[in-house]
This record gives sequence, structure tokens and C-alpha cells, in this order.
Amino acid sequence: MNVIETRDLSIGYGRKVVTRSLAFDVKAGEVLCLLGPNGCGKTTLFKTLLGLLPPLSGEVRVLGETIAGWSRLAFAQRVAYMPQAHPGVFPFTVNEIVLMGRTAHIGRFATPSGHDRKIAADCLEMLGISHLGECSYTAISGGERQLALIARALAQQATVLVMDEPTASLDFGNQIRILGHIDRLRHQGITILMSTHQPEHALRVADRIALLAPGSITGIGAPQDVATPDKLADLYGVTEDEIAAYLPAGGLKHDHCSH
Amino acid sequence: MPGKNSAPFPAFLTALSIVVAIFLIAFAVGKYPVSPADLLRSVFARLTGRDAGLPEAVEIVIWNIRLPRVTAGILVGAALAAAGAAYQNMFRNPLVSPDILGVSAGAGFGATLGIFFGFSLTAIQVIAFVCGLLAVGVVYAISGLVRRHDPVLVLVLAGIAVGTLLNAGVSLFKILSDPHSQQLSNIVFWLLGSLNGIDTRDLASAAPLVLIGLAPMILLRWRVNLLSLPDEEAAALGVEVARLRLVLIVAATLITAAVVSIAGIVGWVGLVVPHAARFLVGPNFSRLLPASLLLGAGFVVATDTLARTLVVIELPLGIVTAMIGAPFFLYLLARTGKTE
Repeated sequence: MNVIETRDLSIGYGRKVVTRSLAFDVKAGEVLCLLGPNGCGKTTLFKTLLGLLPPLSGEVRVLGETIAGWSRLAFAQRVAYMPQAHPGVFPFTVNEIVLMGRTAHIGRFATPSGHDRKIAADCLEMLGISHLGECSYTAISGGERQLALIARALAQQATVLVMDEPTASLDFGNQIRILGHIDRLRHQGITILMSTHQPEHALRVADRIALLAPGSITGIGAPQDVATPDKLADLYGVTEDEIAAYLPAGGLKHDHCSH
Repeated sequence: MPGKNSAPFPAFLTALSIVVAIFLIAFAVGKYPVSPADLLRSVFARLTGRDAGLPEAVEIVIWNIRLPRVTAGILVGAALAAAGAAYQNMFRNPLVSPDILGVSAGAGFGATLGIFFGFSLTAIQVIAFVCGLLAVGVVYAISGLVRRHDPVLVLVLAGIAVGTLLNAGVSLFKILSDPHSQQLSNIVFWLLGSLNGIDTRDLASAAPLVLIGLAPMILLRWRVNLLSLPDEEAAALGVEVARLRLVLIVAATLITAAVVSIAGIVGWVGLVVPHAARFLVGPNFSRLLPASLLLGAGFVVATDTLARTLVVIELPLGIVTAMIGAPFFLYLLARTGKTE
């Protein structure tokens, strides 16, 4: 079963087309990793799939329903979005920010209950940032904000998780931990669509990898078939030798030999 | 700002006792001072239905002069502060005031027209109220026509443009007004705001409008928080952003127009008070709204008491709120800069 389906999809802002004729699916229970250079339209694609940006043409279906057919509330109960971290304006506590992830589950006129607080606290605990709960979201570091936004997406308890560069500004330890969480979520049956700038992260967690070049998807499939040095070299505009020299032994070595 | 969000309740109680003290002082001082003992005796007598044994003049001052005035201060202050808190949240900016979408400029223009053409006080209030709503309606309609921009930015810019146009209109009618009559000074006095002359009938017409506007703010208090996130994030969390923002704009505009039409333009309340309230209880609207209502009521009753007792003549309220509000605002600004 497909969780997300796109047919002949063009995305972009107004008259500016970023990518045309996209046709790919996200399968239930898989981790699909999106790789692509800066400005290739990964975030634009996510926003279109989430119904935050209208498609320029073509069709997006999420859980069998066209994207325009969803109410925001029903959609948020099923699909959670972890955007790239922003500094925020008002000094909400991290607890309050994570509780905002419960909004789709609480009544229109209600405030979060003890049950919601428990879920939020569990999510903070799972990410190892319980100590930040009472800190002001505007005063913590970029990496900590990112962890808070991951906690918020988890608190949403959705079956589909869309994550825009979840490992971007994290330290080495947190990168490893977050990849571990993604793996665990996959085993719980959560479908994950994420972007990353690090092919080795994609190789670590992805069931499939999609290569998004400016204008189109140039490859989608099993990691060993897609994240190959020649295709990555092509995607990022570097040489295979440069990739081999950069990646530590073992990174893409196995795949390199097969080509 | 550690400790502030974790312990809002004692801070709230402290603020509550200060505000109650302000109300009592406001009842006591003025051209005809009333001693606290007389005040208590009169209130007690009213509650128990017995005769207080006070001179009739004291009773009249307390119940017919001070009570409507303090009530007006509470209503105007609470309303402007609540509207300001809602606007600051939805515009993701702690420096906006309820005037941001042109409601005060519209009401000011309406009142100026009414005074210029010599309408009755009631007619002036009605025109001010309607023009305030119209101005915001025009701003909202313009923002709907401009697409592919941040909707919040377009609203603010349209508000500034429409407000400037209306203020130009106000200036025009000031120039055209008859210098030998009271017209010009009436216009100027109205534009600076005052609680002088607000009677029970005015309160009875404005209070229901304020309560109607407050209802959606109270009901949607949790979701209001999410409007301070970027639109796309709030939407991804399950909020129909455009609809919620429209509901709040209508509510905040109704509240502001209702009190501006009876009190004139009382500046700074809607900007400073939510700022101070946020400082006290944090940004969560479930706590920010009650704190803003309380501090707003206290602030306007206090400034109005100063306005009528500071010098021999009564000062326009807007001048006093600005004189106290602006330095206080700068102080808060300096402090938040340090702690964040």
C-alpha cells in the first residue's frame, strides 16, 4: 500500500516551477530518504506533499485521498511534519512547544490534558532532553531546538512522519541517536519520508533513497543501487574520486566495488 | 527567564492585590476625596441593604461618579490589553498594538467626521465604531487580493497604508474645522482619549461587545498559541490558520472599536500591557489573556486616576498612558534583551 502517491506533479511557487513531472510513491512502513543539492526543492516538495503549498499541476494523494480533500485537523492526526528549526518569537517553554504537537488530538476549545502532558514528557524523555522542558525555546541552541521539534512531531503520534533534515545541526552523538530513533520508529510501523545532506545517514536508515536533482528525480530505489559514487557525483557535481577521498573507508566502499 | 513560567501563580496573586489596591485608591482620590472608611461603610451598607449614615454627597461621589469611571477604566484597559495580546500573538511580533490594522485610525476618522458635522455624542460613537470596523475590513480585503506574499506582512503593510490615509483625512478636517468654536479642541481631545463623560449607558453598550469579542479568545486560548508559529507549521499541526486568524482579527477589532468609540484613542495600553503580562506569566495565551485583562484594567484605572488628580485641569488619558507606558516599555525591552 502506498502512503503518498504523486502523479505528474509539478511543484514550485507561483510561476516559478522548481520540479516537473514527479511520479513516485512512499510505501507504508518504509523509510524513504531524499538526497539532493541545496536549492533542488526538497523543502518545496515536502510542503507540497503536506498540502502547505498547492501543486502547480498534477496530483498528490495521501493515504488514498487527494491532498485538497483533507482537513488540516484530520491530516495532522495522521501525518506529522518536522520542519527545519527556526528561532521562534515568544519565549514558550520547550514543554509548551512539544505540547503544540498534541493540538490535532485535543478539542477545538480545550487545552492540553494531563494525558497530553504525559505524552509530551515521554517524547522529551525518549530524545534525552527532559532537562530542557522548562527552558525557553528561544534561549536554547539550534541543535536543541531541532530535538524539541522532533519531540513535537513524535507527540503528534502520527503514522506518517515527514522530516526536513532531522540530523542537520546535531552533534555527532545526537546524529547517531536520532538515526537510532528513526530505525526504531520504522520497526513500530511508522512511515518516514526524510531529507538529508549526508548520504551515509541515508545508507544507515533508508529502505529506499530518492535522488532529487534540480528539476527532476534522477533515481529512486534500494540504497545500494541509488547511492552509488557515480550517481552521487552526478547529483552533487563532484567527481567520484573526490567522493572516495572524502568518505572514510567502508562508507560507500562496498557499492563502489560493484561498479 | 527561569522561574517565571514555572511559578506564574504567586506572580499573578501579587499583581491581583496591586490592581485591587489601585481600584480602591481610584475610588478614594479626586476633587472630592472619600476616606477608605467611608468607602467601606458605603459598600457594606449597599451589600446588606442598610443605611450607611453618610452624607448624600459622599454616596453620589462613590456610586454615580467614581463607580462608572473606575468601571470604564477596567473595561477600556482590559479590552485594549486583550486585543493587544491577541494581535501580538497572531502577528508573531511583540511590538504590535491593537492599532496595527487601522481600527483606531478608522474610529478616529469617524469621530472627527461626527464632530465636524456637529452630530450628537451617540451618533459620534456609532460612526467611530463603524469606521473602525470598516477600516480593518478594508485592510483585510486588500490583504486577500495580494497573494504570494507572507499574509501577515501584507496585513501589517496594508494596515499602515490605510491608517496613514485615514490620519491624513483627520488632519484635513482639523484644518477645515471652525477655529472659533469648540470643534478643533473637541477633535484633539477625542483623539487623545479620555474616560471623562463615559456614563452607564455608554458602558452598557460597549461591555456586551467586549464580552462577545473576548469569548472566542477564551475558547480558542490554546490554538491562539499556534498562530505565533510560522503559518505552515501551525497548519501542519492541525490548525486552519487563515480561518483562526480571521476569527481573532474580528474579535480583537470588535473589542477595540467598542472601547475606542466611547473613550477615544487611548494609546500604549495594547502595546505595553501584554508585554508586561508576558514578562510575568510567559507567552502561553491561557495565562497571558487573564494576566493581560488584569494588568490592563489596573494600568488604565491607575493612569486615569493620575490624569484627573495630577494637575488642576484634567489631562487627556492618552497623554498619561504614553508618558508612563513608553518609558516602562523601554525598560521591559532592555530587560528582555539581557535575559534572552
